[in-house]
Amino acid sequence: MLSLSHYLILSAMLFSISIVGIFLNRKNLIVLLMAIELMLLSVNINFVAFSHYLNDPAGQLIVFFIMAVAAAEAAIGLAILVALFRSISSIHVDDLDSLKG
Amino acid sequence: MEFKTFVFFVLATIMLLAALRVITARNPVHAVLFLVLAFFSAAGLWLLLQAEFLAIVLIMVYVGAVMVLFMFVVMLLDIDIARLRHRFWSYLPLGTMVGLLIVVQMALVLSGNYFSAEALPGHSMPADYSNTKELARLLFTEYYYPFEIAGVILLVGIIAAVLLTLRKRKDTKYQKPSEQLAVKRNDRIRMVSMPAEKDEPSVDTAAAAATEKREGQ
Repeated sequence: MLSLSHYLILSAMLFSISIVGIFLNRKNLIVLLMAIELMLLSVNINFVAFSHYLNDPAGQLIVFFIMAVAAAEAAIGLAILVALFRSISSIHVDDLDSLKG
Repeated sequence: MEFKTFVFFVLATIMLLAALRVITARNPVHAVLFLVLAFFSAAGLWLLLQAEFLAIVLIMVYVGAVMVLFMFVVMLLDIDIARLRHRFWSYLPLGTMVGLLIVVQMALVLSGNYFSAEALPGHSMPADYSNTKELARLLFTEYYYPFEIAGVILLVGIIAAVLLTLRKRKDTKYQKPSEQLAVKRNDRIRMVSMPAEKDEPSVDTAAAAATEKREGQ
């Protein structure tokens, strides 16, 4: 019998995989964006699971809104990436040092 | 083992393996494709949770739009993979430690006596229950204001993405309507005062000029 913990642990595993991804791909901006998408997916799985087990459709609506925000975020992030590549011809994180931080 | 449990474990395994390949794939195009696979298995999991509308939206919006956008950008950029993969695995121990910590913490919380997630029964809906209708009813009544804000956020996303990637061409000819509207009569017409009649040169001088010109040739 499937229980809520199955889904919660699954989404925790997905979240930790994407955290490891951020550690590994710390120089590659585009895979960093993909790892963020995976994190959002794991959060969405949590919401849907709670919505099912607590019998409250509001959880699914939150997922709906998260998707809208995530789509906007992906569009803006990729636009920044393209603008960045156009100006410095690289998406290597070490090259983003023009602010000398 | 119940069939639903079997499906859950199959989908969960596929999703976790795809996620692992997303973060380790050498070629970013492969990473995007594995991300698509992860989203598809997540949609399957949501179908198990009876969230049909969101499962379809996940495939149509996320796989159909956002992932295609990712694919476009990945193929657009000319990436030096060898430089990006330099010392790729050096942070693996730290990352694994943090990740394992998160999973262990979550498992400890969930398996404790106080959370009692096991006791929550899943709610099976009747066959004629429409998930889409229920979500729409909530969305357009109770959650109408957040819905509007989500629309505004998407609009901001559109405008920001267009503005960020807009390249101004210097050789384009275009009108400036504000200047056109604000134009005054004096900017367009110059009044020149000149005499209405002019003295014609006399016939003799004209003829002399003509002969001079002929001789010159």
